Amino acid sequence: MREIAASAITETVARLAVEAAHFLPGDVEGAIREARGTERSPLGVQIIDEILENAEIARERMLPLCQDTGTAVVHVELGQDAHVTGGYLIDAINAGIERGYGEGYLRNSIVDHPFGARTNTGTNAPGVIHTEIVPGDAIHIGFMPKGGGCENMSRYRNFLPGAGRGAVVDFVCETVDVSGGNPCPPLVIGVGVGGTAEKAMTIAKHALFRAIGERNPDPDVAALEGELLEAVNALGVGPQAVGGSTTALDVFVETHPTHITALPVAVNIQCHSARTKHATL
Amino acid sequence: MAEQTAIRLPLTDEAIAGLRIGDHVAFSGVIHTARDAAHKRLIAMADAGEPLPLDLRGQVIYYVGPTPARPGRVIGSAGPTTAMRLDPYTPRMLELGVRGIIGKGGRGPAVREALRAHRAVYCIAVGGTGALLNRHIAAVEVVAFEDLGTEAIRRLDVRDFPAIVVNDAHGGDLLETGKRQYRTSARPMPAPGA
Repeated sequence: MREIAASAITETVARLAVEAAHFLPGDVEGAIREARGTERSPLGVQIIDEILENAEIARERMLPLCQDTGTAVVHVELGQDAHVTGGYLIDAINAGIERGYGEGYLRNSIVDHPFGARTNTGTNAPGVIHTEIVPGDAIHIGFMPKGGGCENMSRYRNFLPGAGRGAVVDFVCETVDVSGGNPCPPLVIGVGVGGTAEKAMTIAKHALFRAIGERNPDPDVAALEGELLEAVNALGVGPQAVGGSTTALDVFVETHPTHITALPVAVNIQCHSARTKHATL
Repeated sequence: MAEQTAIRLPLTDEAIAGLRIGDHVAFSGVIHTARDAAHKRLIAMADAGEPLPLDLRGQVIYYVGPTPARPGRVIGSAGPTTAMRLDPYTPRMLELGVRGIIGKGGRGPAVREALRAHRAVYCIAVGGTGALLNRHIAAVEVVAFEDLGTEAIRRLDVRDFPAIVVNDAHGGDLLETGKRQYRTSARPMPAPGA
């Protein structure tokens, strides 16, 4: 059993929140830079240039990449031989969110009662925290400030079990097509296929923690990812939906075994400001 | 970089008439921020016949909820939010005199028609470039609904604020035109406003 102090978790989450808001991950910036070379629309190229310039300004002047510093989505892999001391894990994470958003001058975007008074909690806490028990004695924390514009374009549908691969492709394309500029393309698209309703959406979200270009180890799923990326980019949505050949930077698909009656498909969209940070304690 | 049309605010009828979809504009002068909660309040006040906290006639409204300013700075990151959420309020705002809007993403059929009818223009700033757009904001003052925090109405003094015309006063729609132009997919175009 290895002991990990709750205060260390708080400190780590606070740091990840600030870093994620200001520093675009290298793989994302690289993919955007690459897209600049292939984008067919001159207006699209100009938008990509502004996105790249924005990343530079954010980094140098410590200004958040985007004013929507998101819902704090935290994915925790808790080693079963790790023991959190001096506090409750979830409280420690929420304290880290509060500290990071406050000290980092990030926007608090969380309201308490979704259909009631909608009063801002003033701290951006609570986060949306997923925990997974894994082997080992470490705690891995993935932090994703998830913007509202893209999250609001998420969709779920259960298809007839025989609908197959074609249904997945059609559903993802339709989702991206009708979302237009709302989720801030070029996008990163997470797709969860199988499981149950909540499992499909959870794995779609978790897929967004992958680095650009990282393929699913299953060759069939990896092939589907390639097919989806091509199909989505053929839609012509383009950067900020002004028309163009770069609608998505990557598509990540995760699957889970499912019920004989079901083919659940969840699409969770990430914007070009695909902010994720990781730490292991 | 494509040529920018410099526009001194407030917007004039001539300036609006001259703008076409895909034009790059650089706004200088005063614009006001408003998001969901501020729209809801403004329209409720107007409907109740109460005086508004600002004169909307000829105004440009920017859909933005900035991050807090670090000490010594006027504002934080300040990029556009999704415009479609404001669609239910926009025809009424245009009736109240708004002539220009800056947001991101497309507008539904009712808003496009209202823009045409009121001879107004909808532009996008590039979503997710709030750090870059910060540099074009010289001064900020909260003018109404301070209790709304990031959603309060702010008066922004902007310099060469970059935007792209998406819906002009002639009924054009850049997002639809652009998607059609670059679409290589055999899939049918989605219905407008779908």
